[in-house]
Amino acid sequence: MAQPFRLSRGGRIDRSRPIVFEFNGKPIHGYQGDTVASALIANGIHHVGRSFKYHRPRGILSHGPDEPSALLSVDRGPGRVDPNNRASVVEARSGLRTHSQNHWPSLEYDIGAVNDLLSPVFVAGFYYKTFMWPRKFWDKVYEPFIRAAAGLGKAPTQADPDRYANRHAHCDVLIVGAGPAGLAAALAAAKTGKRVILADEGPEPGGSLLHDPNAEIDGRPAASWLEETLADLDGRENVILLSRTTAFGYYNHNHVALAERVTDHLPTASGQAPRERLWQVRAGEVVLAGGAHERPLVFADNDRPGILLAESVRVFLNRYGVAPGRTLVFATSGASAYTAALEAKQAGLAVTIVDLRLEADCGPEVARLRQAGCEVLTGHTVVGSKGRKRVTGLIVAPVGSDGRCGGRRVLPCDAVGMSGGWTPAVHLFSQSRGKLRYDDRLDAFVPNISAQSERSAGASKGTYDLADCLAEGFAAGAAAAGSDERRTFSATPTLTGFQPVRVMPTDDDPKKVRAFIDFQNDVTAKDIKLAVREGFQSIEHVKRYTTTGMATDQGKTSNMNALGIVAGQLDKPLPAVGTTTFRPPYTPVTFGALVGPARHALFDPIRTTPIHGWAQSHGATFENVALWRRAWYFPKPGEDLHAAVARECKAVREHVGIFDASTLGKIEVVGPDAAEFMNRMYVNPWAKLANGRCRYGLMLKEDGYILDDGVVARVSDTCFHVTTTTGGAARVLAHMEDYLQTEWPDLQVFLTSTTEQWAVIALQGPKARQVIEPLVEGIDLSPQAFPHMAMRTGTICGVPTRLFRVSFTGELGFEINVPTDHALAVWEAIFAAGQPHGITPYGTETMHVLRAEKGYIIVGQETDGTVTPDDVGLAGMIAKTKTDFVGKRSLARPDVIATTGRKQLIGLITEDPKTVLDEGAQIVADPNQPIPMRMLGHVTSSYWSPNCNRSIALALVADGRSLMGRTLHITTPDGFTRATVSEPVFFDTTGERVNA
Amino acid sequence: MLLIACPHCGNRPETEFRCGGQAHIARPEAPSAQSDEAWAEYLFVRKNPRGVHAERWCHVHGCGRWFNALRDTVSDRFIEIYPMGAQPISELQSEARA
Amino acid sequence: MRRFSLTSLLSESMRGHTGWGRQWRAPEPKPRYDVVIVGGGGHGLATAYYLATVHGITNVAVLEKGWIGGGNTGRNTTIIRSNYLYDESAGLYEHALKLWEGLSQELNYNVMFSQRGVLMLAHNIHDVQSFKRHVYANRLNGIDNEWLSKEECKEFCPPLDIGGGLRYPVLGGALQRRAGTARHDAVAWGYARGADARGVDIIQNCEVTGIRRDASGKAVGVETSRGFIGAGRIGVVAAGHTSTVMSMAGVSMPLESYPLQALVSEPVKPVFPCVVMSNAVHAYISQSDKGELVIGAGTDQYTSYSQQGGLHITTHTLDAICELFPQFTRMRMLRSWGGIVDVTPDRSPIIGKTPVQNLFVNCGWGTGGFKATPGSGHVFAHTLATGEPHTINAPFTLDRFRTGRLIDEAAAAAVAH
Repeated sequence: MAQPFRLSRGGRIDRSRPIVFEFNGKPIHGYQGDTVASALIANGIHHVGRSFKYHRPRGILSHGPDEPSALLSVDRGPGRVDPNNRASVVEARSGLRTHSQNHWPSLEYDIGAVNDLLSPVFVAGFYYKTFMWPRKFWDKVYEPFIRAAAGLGKAPTQADPDRYANRHAHCDVLIVGAGPAGLAAALAAAKTGKRVILADEGPEPGGSLLHDPNAEIDGRPAASWLEETLADLDGRENVILLSRTTAFGYYNHNHVALAERVTDHLPTASGQAPRERLWQVRAGEVVLAGGAHERPLVFADNDRPGILLAESVRVFLNRYGVAPGRTLVFATSGASAYTAALEAKQAGLAVTIVDLRLEADCGPEVARLRQAGCEVLTGHTVVGSKGRKRVTGLIVAPVGSDGRCGGRRVLPCDAVGMSGGWTPAVHLFSQSRGKLRYDDRLDAFVPNISAQSERSAGASKGTYDLADCLAEGFAAGAAAAGSDERRTFSATPTLTGFQPVRVMPTDDDPKKVRAFIDFQNDVTAKDIKLAVREGFQSIEHVKRYTTTGMATDQGKTSNMNALGIVAGQLDKPLPAVGTTTFRPPYTPVTFGALVGPARHALFDPIRTTPIHGWAQSHGATFENVALWRRAWYFPKPGEDLHAAVARECKAVREHVGIFDASTLGKIEVVGPDAAEFMNRMYVNPWAKLANGRCRYGLMLKEDGYILDDGVVARVSDTCFHVTTTTGGAARVLAHMEDYLQTEWPDLQVFLTSTTEQWAVIALQGPKARQVIEPLVEGIDLSPQAFPHMAMRTGTICGVPTRLFRVSFTGELGFEINVPTDHALAVWEAIFAAGQPHGITPYGTETMHVLRAEKGYIIVGQETDGTVTPDDVGLAGMIAKTKTDFVGKRSLARPDVIATTGRKQLIGLITEDPKTVLDEGAQIVADPNQPIPMRMLGHVTSSYWSPNCNRSIALALVADGRSLMGRTLHITTPDGFTRATVSEPVFFDTTGERVNA
Repeated sequence: MLLIACPHCGNRPETEFRCGGQAHIARPEAPSAQSDEAWAEYLFVRKNPRGVHAERWCHVHGCGRWFNALRDTVSDRFIEIYPMGAQPISELQSEARA
Repeated sequence: MRRFSLTSLLSESMRGHTGWGRQWRAPEPKPRYDVVIVGGGGHGLATAYYLATVHGITNVAVLEKGWIGGGNTGRNTTIIRSNYLYDESAGLYEHALKLWEGLSQELNYNVMFSQRGVLMLAHNIHDVQSFKRHVYANRLNGIDNEWLSKEECKEFCPPLDIGGGLRYPVLGGALQRRAGTARHDAVAWGYARGADARGVDIIQNCEVTGIRRDASGKAVGVETSRGFIGAGRIGVVAAGHTSTVMSMAGVSMPLESYPLQALVSEPVKPVFPCVVMSNAVHAYISQSDKGELVIGAGTDQYTSYSQQGGLHITTHTLDAICELFPQFTRMRMLRSWGGIVDVTPDRSPIIGKTPVQNLFVNCGWGTGGFKATPGSGHVFAHTLATGEPHTINAPFTLDRFRTGRLIDEAAAAAVAH
């Protein structure tokens, strides 16, 4: 269990619980509480990856979510493999298999490293300048090559066995970040009794307190304060404390999205628990206490494995009990690194400090380190580093206030902690559309004007001193909870303050120096300067041209350095260059968490009718129609679609068929002004429709195009039973409500959707009357008493019914509306009663064929949102006497009343009766004309008609009604076929059968 | 996702609502008397302001009622919710430009 | 203009790339231009480029209130295709696609136009009918588009799940092989560099605050944050902000501006070989050269200039992506953003004259403007140069909303039963 860099004591790891996982096939030993990064470092491993472009060896830079370099593929078992995990946040556990990425054949020997030699060519934006000749080479050669080189890790290839959950929550105060400021905010808010959610991205709350062993708060060790605080919060029912939960998006109206990682850290994929959970929190007030990110220093070869952020060194030492090296150099331009250095020294490591600041600009920290026995080189710059797969030395030189470098010196080391100052994490604040302000003193953008109900506290606001963070957090939490309570805390002073530096001064040829800004995307200071030179001066342009800040860490460590260099290059103050806008997510979020359970059957609701089970047990094949599952056809053994539909079609015309029409939309239009309302909504006249009679209704949008259609029955003077298409039900109701509520609120009408209340059994065919006669009571079914297009109320099988005598097949038919709960029983009774008559269940496909034989349109098939009533031959439906209805005025627009050129509904009779045209096929007059051809229209419906014993088709054709008898040419998959224009009705052209 | 204060039901998430676009476009009394230009204007031309916008919302997955709202299209903040047929009290001044 | 080539790149690499100059200048605005273009997105810059190269009009300014290409040009999912249904749209987008095919060479700027094929999935019988209608219409218009069975879809796009477990199983698809993607920023930069080299002034951080009209009512110039600039003709190409700009000339537009969101995943090695679009479930996906999965979402339902939409729009899109490509659930969303798209009532653009003399407009591209960039610029340049529309943009008038001669691609593809 050799962990040569594990300190003998300290840290929050559980040394009684050893773990072992794999890195590139080798076992890595660590302890419960380690991250993959801390365990690797404990084993002396820093080199864990290759960079994006130059394939340079890269190590672990950070301890947190800002890590740009240490990206690993993590394998948690079959189907549980995913790339680009930050080693610094993946909790180590036994059984994990981790792999480095972006190299071939191996991490140690990577052919791609040749790119590093070509780096003088591969500068920012080089690909815009080349790869253009010969033209054909882009798709075939250059692009595949670029793509293969790009892309870091490998995407998962198997379906994911894990599940994901979603949760919506409300609270009075949401606090993001459980560091000192967030905890103090939670204490203050919780006391008021308001509902509080405190979310922290780490596995345990505490933030910086977790790696600050020497700090004291209110006279006791910070660790004790933390324990007490957590116990206090834990004991309150009004507080939800979420660990491993990243607030990643701040949306409108205090809608904040959080991703909770539930099981990845557990040793076994645990039964029913989701892998991750998306929290969508609607918060009354938000407190942002997400801390700050440390900036790297920009110097030549600042990217060698073993070079870390100074605060990260501190975290590895104190939180994980791991030494990043034995001989450490801290390079800094500020005070905070001295704390890390002192603690490293106390841990028994050799420590040297290089500080860019002149001695006079430094504080008492210098003396303290010297007292502790460390060499402190103030007024020194870093001009380079030694080593390749691990840093072996830091090259430093004295530098004066004029920027001139003195004699170089190599400081041998095996790890470096660097600090270029701090950047408050204003990501969520910026996402909330709050306005930032540049603070000169802090050399950082800080929250200024809030756009939503939120406030920031602590380091995310640029407040770095512990006592100040606590007080500020407390005040923010109290204020968010509507309290004006304030309190002060006493705490160990924090070393703060730094001298902003963009690129460390050097005496090297700036053309040769490669000092990295964006470690993951391999963007150097040189690249930024090149972009500016080429005219990319907006920071957004620089980002896009160089790709700086666009890697998986989204520039958390690099943005301020890049911005500073651009400002320097343009000789403008930094705020004049602006900052980039922060967009969600704060850190990458698993698609699965965002999707939750919304897959397959839960992707969209599935609506089924009360007959669904019956249809299933009778072998139906189903189709999706809007949200509904509808029986498509009922194949008998050995039948395909065509055979089944042919049989069903014959059965309806010769005997009787039964069809589930329950999905039809139904709206009850009730009230003294119902008829007037109907008059305004439909093209048809309604005033004189007698009670108990039906009419085919046609509804337009205000633009004059057909919106929907359906049979409407007048139930009484003040009540209409309206039906709509299956897919149009919600649309039609919304359309009606809109006009009723907003245009004609004076009308006394009530609209009620009854789609779910009425099931509809369509019984169609010459035997239909005979089948239901024995079952119906209270209705005279004789043709004289109950003609076509009438509606009667009575009972069927003892169940109340609105019985419609209507037909969408052209046969004698009934649509039997019964309460949904009784529908199956009625259906079964009818089916039994129909047996002697050869009753046949049929599905939507047969319904389509039968109506096409009659030339009845289907809205959405014959119409497409650009079709008027006249186009489909239904101008006769329009009431002549009405001065107005929705859509009427638009029918009078110049291009709508055009006498020529409108596409009109016609029938097509193919020359070969066996040829069934493709629906969607285009129609031309002359197939030999040059391309582009003049298209006359298209085939809207086309079927094999068993009853006509030939193919039939409906089409919309320009001036079609004037082309009767003409031969037109219709596209087929490999050419054209010929057909003759006919009336759009193919069966029972006189319409006798429906009146039987 | 917006949070919308339905005048009948209180605060509800946007997914319960349908936005009906610009408010206060009255359907002409006698459409047939409208010129083509005027009718096209009624059908299609919209203010689309960058700033405070009077628009219609319907709580379709709630009470089903339409209502009006003033919302700033730059900040997406609701300024006033008021009934169909009424006029807003607030001034149509953009917050964003203030 | 310093030519870009492998040779020039290599020679510059010898001297630390110090020899590259600005790709476009940062000039002070002149008092007057023959043509002023309001809006420095792809369409505006392309318009300036073609004014200079095709029509020899170089006394042109492009005014951009922010940084060029910072609007929808730099925020879209870069899908390029031309398989539109109606002759008018097919003509316009095919014109653009033909220009795309030689654009890198024309501009001497690698815009990385990648003809990886765009596959549009059909999920119900209505889709099948609609797509076949497109396929046939495209064939007769000389535009490649072919119908694929679901097995052929799988072969073309191996990550696709064509199983029956999907809520809306894949029934087939329409594939345009010449379609694909391009590097959006490079399009703006390439046109800017090309236009600038021919004398066009590209003026960033210059917001138009007014349109000045003379006594006769004709437009004579623009008020800007950098002073008045006179103009012979003005072309407004301001996308989501068109209504605002046009209102400065007293012109109301049939436009509404909606947030449109998009997102990318973390970069991964090549895993997705083409572009897949599914209108029925609202998913649009491809993989960029950098390795990110680029995913388009739908618009929010309300108008907004915030460039920010609701999370539910994003999650709904990812629902669809993971429904079609279940192995992607463990991928991670890296970045999401919003644009402001200007939508006309028939979802087709308006390119041409306005009621104000000398004022022209090019807008209403909705969610699909990027693909048209070269074609749009080309025909709008013609319109600005001659005062009359090119035959290709002649149908796309503002007047069609009066006459009813709409070009409603969206309605033609609408799902209804």
